[in-house]
Amino acid sequence: MSNADKKEPATDGGHPMQGSGVVADHESHPLFIPLVFLGGFIFGVGLAVSQMARPEIVIEFLQLRDLGLLFVMGGASVVVGITFWELTLSGRSAPMTGKQFGLRLKSLDRNSVVGGGIFGIGWGLSGICPGAAYASVGIGNIVMLYGIGGMFIGAYLQGQLRETQSRVAGAVTSD
Amino acid sequence: MFELPLLIESLFPRGIEHYLLGGILIGLGTAVIYVGTGIHAGASTFLESTLSYGSKLSRFQQPKFISSRDWRVVFTLGIVSGAMTYALLSGEFGWVTDVQPWRLFIGGILVGIGTRLGKGCTSGHGVCGVASGSRTSILNVAIFMLVAIGVAQLLLAVGVTP
Repeated sequence: MSNADKKEPATDGGHPMQGSGVVADHESHPLFIPLVFLGGFIFGVGLAVSQMARPEIVIEFLQLRDLGLLFVMGGASVVVGITFWELTLSGRSAPMTGKQFGLRLKSLDRNSVVGGGIFGIGWGLSGICPGAAYASVGIGNIVMLYGIGGMFIGAYLQGQLRETQSRVAGAVTSD
Repeated sequence: MFELPLLIESLFPRGIEHYLLGGILIGLGTAVIYVGTGIHAGASTFLESTLSYGSKLSRFQQPKFISSRDWRVVFTLGIVSGAMTYALLSGEFGWVTDVQPWRLFIGGILVGIGTRLGKGCTSGHGVCGVASGSRTSILNVAIFMLVAIGVAQLLLAVGVTP
């Protein structure tokens, strides 16, 4: 479907016809968007309260001078773990989407190892990860836009690289 | 008997309460979205799903990005608003990092490449994946954690600061 989209002539000066025919997740329920905003809001408060929105705190953790971040990730994982497992084992489906409750399991391949390594270099260099960077802008740390700009460039570069690779390999699909 | 409090103080010089409270709130935010929608919300997919608005690369034009890009923008705006509200109420708003822009920018590029290639970040793998007991996520987190500690120690050793 994406190839079909690409071949459509772009309308003059208008928005290109992207994503036509794909039903957006949030169209399943009117309260979907408010709920996502609420969840993001609580998530953002947590990033600010924990001080993880400050790269200095993350860098001090990585320098092993203040290990408090273990409690951030630990506290979050316990809450999420109880919720994920409880609902997954219930066998029920989510009320707003009808999606069956399940765990977050991704396939293990070379990319998940190499990607983790590259992310680690970036995290160690800057002290920023995506969620914390968004929250950092929220606390008024406008300099973080350098970091977020970098993240978009990085995400674009890997997209382009993988597309070129899959063209060379003659494969159309990607994960 | 006297060493334990000292050890705790040296490992956690700022205390642990706000770290734990922040972590629980991060978990609650993720849980709220999951309970209603069954979605494991991670923060880094936003980068690619948002690129789908402007880029015609078929990598970004996949249904998984197109169908989630609107709510991912809302999720990110929620994160920004939540952090902003807390900072305004606590009087921290306007805090600016001393970490040099080149570190944020170059680090950001690597974070963008690595999280998307590796299928997740600190929230996707670190919280949702680890909580799910996913071996891929546990391995991914172990790798990025160890590499990041190594890089941070190296920068400290050669005197790159802040």
